[in-house]
Amino acid sequence: MIDLIRDLSPGLATLLTNPQFAFIQLMNSISQGMNLFIIAAGLSLIFGVLKVINFAHGVFYMFGAYVMYSVSQEFGAPFWLGALAAAGALGLIALLIERTLFRQIYEAEHLMQLLLTFAIVLIMGDVAKIIWGTDQYSVSYPASMSGATDLGVTFYPTYRLMLCLIGPVILILLYWFAERTRWGRMTRAATQDREMLAALGVNVPVIYTSVFVIGSMLAGFGGALASPFSSPVPGMDATLIVDCFVIVIVGGLGSLWGSFVGALLYGLVFNFGSVIFPNAQDIFAFMLLLIVLLIRPWGLFGKPEAGGH
Amino acid sequence: MTQLEVKDIHTSYGLSQVLFGISLDVNEGEIVSLVGRNGVGKTTTMRSIIGLTRPSKGSIMFEGQEIAGLPAHKISRLGIGFVPEERRIFPDLTVWENLDIARRPAAAGTVGWDEERVFALFPDLKEIPTRLGGVLSGGQQQMLTIARSLMGNPRLLLLDEPSEGLAPKVVENVRDQVKLLKESGLTIILAEQNLSFILHLSDRVHILEKGEVKWSGTADDLKSDKSIIERYLTV
Repeated sequence: MIDLIRDLSPGLATLLTNPQFAFIQLMNSISQGMNLFIIAAGLSLIFGVLKVINFAHGVFYMFGAYVMYSVSQEFGAPFWLGALAAAGALGLIALLIERTLFRQIYEAEHLMQLLLTFAIVLIMGDVAKIIWGTDQYSVSYPASMSGATDLGVTFYPTYRLMLCLIGPVILILLYWFAERTRWGRMTRAATQDREMLAALGVNVPVIYTSVFVIGSMLAGFGGALASPFSSPVPGMDATLIVDCFVIVIVGGLGSLWGSFVGALLYGLVFNFGSVIFPNAQDIFAFMLLLIVLLIRPWGLFGKPEAGGH
Repeated sequence: MTQLEVKDIHTSYGLSQVLFGISLDVNEGEIVSLVGRNGVGKTTTMRSIIGLTRPSKGSIMFEGQEIAGLPAHKISRLGIGFVPEERRIFPDLTVWENLDIARRPAAAGTVGWDEERVFALFPDLKEIPTRLGGVLSGGQQQMLTIARSLMGNPRLLLLDEPSEGLAPKVVENVRDQVKLLKESGLTIILAEQNLSFILHLSDRVHILEKGEVKWSGTADDLKSDKSIIERYLTV
């Protein structure tokens, strides 16, 4: 039996016969998923409140990775300071973009919004080339996390283990913010009826700005965390934004839990798919997307659009 | 003392003009009703005052300050509350959360509204603080939308069709609660189609037709002149 499986897919046979290998694949799925969750959560949050699909989210992620490189490698700052700097830099860029450009298009049709965010992708992509050139850079792991940790079953890279834990931490932080703070309650109200919220004395544009800044900081932070294994290079944003769209559509646009579950599913499907059918690794994420779109077009945790088809 | 003075406002939605020079004034502590059939501009007058639809022409003075053209949140913070006809409760927020986001400090030296006080006025809400806004009954939604506006401590309340879609018994409750609000010193502009509701509560009445004020007088004037009611209000 196992020989037959080995003929069809050597990877699947190894998964079935080697628990350590299977465990590592599981951990890889979770760590990749959690890294993507941090970024996708920002995209989903921005869509949930601003109702704009920000194609530039991927280029924000790329900038995060580049800023991480400059701060930690060129200036020699500690890893975590680099990650905070990346988040901060993207927060500032987002503040500028929201105040000057985004603000003009909230009432515009989707095509205009799409064109604007796509223009930002092109402009920031070129700006990145002007600042950092076209070389591929490498970012070192933080000193304390360059080794591996014994998990009983097997050793696993400490840095990737940290990624598995930081995802849930971000999830809880965002959930706490949305549910347990007055600011979060106002943000949720803004997703439901922004005009009524304004009539109650709430300065809705300030809520929009802060949501865009926080969502973009998550992209920058996620880019910084990804930089040690996906080295900063032009074009790294293109695949990432597609991954993020798969995740938020599978999970349900605007849903925090949806991004979390979508990211985990993506990690599992991608990693196990690549092991089982190495020549077809890109297909699986899109099959996941297709299945969800057929069964629940509004995503696993989303809500059907009111008055939709 | 005049609290609100609306002078010759013209308001449009895009190309379709709805208000053609509405003027009215409201004194502190009064209930002034805007009356008329559907589509005469009652809601648009309120939306113009709170700043959700900006008048293209004319002036709106609130407590001596020009507010026409200010954004809605600033007008609200100056002390005007808006209770929309559609209620517009945030459906995914609980009753308490709907109240909490509208909370604003009271003016110095006045007793402000908080949960305790609005629950005392609307005891039904006290029982369901954790229920989601989206699953409330029409009557509960109407109470919550008024309660929510009160949390912002307004001195002037714009109340748009509070009786619409409610059972007669609930309409009576709402009427009594509005009366209590007036007794607490709140000024109220009321848009209504329910004539007994209007006559029961109003100090003065403005009748609107096609975006203009066609008749103004006291509630007693209106009561005694059936011809006006027939002309402007009966369908």
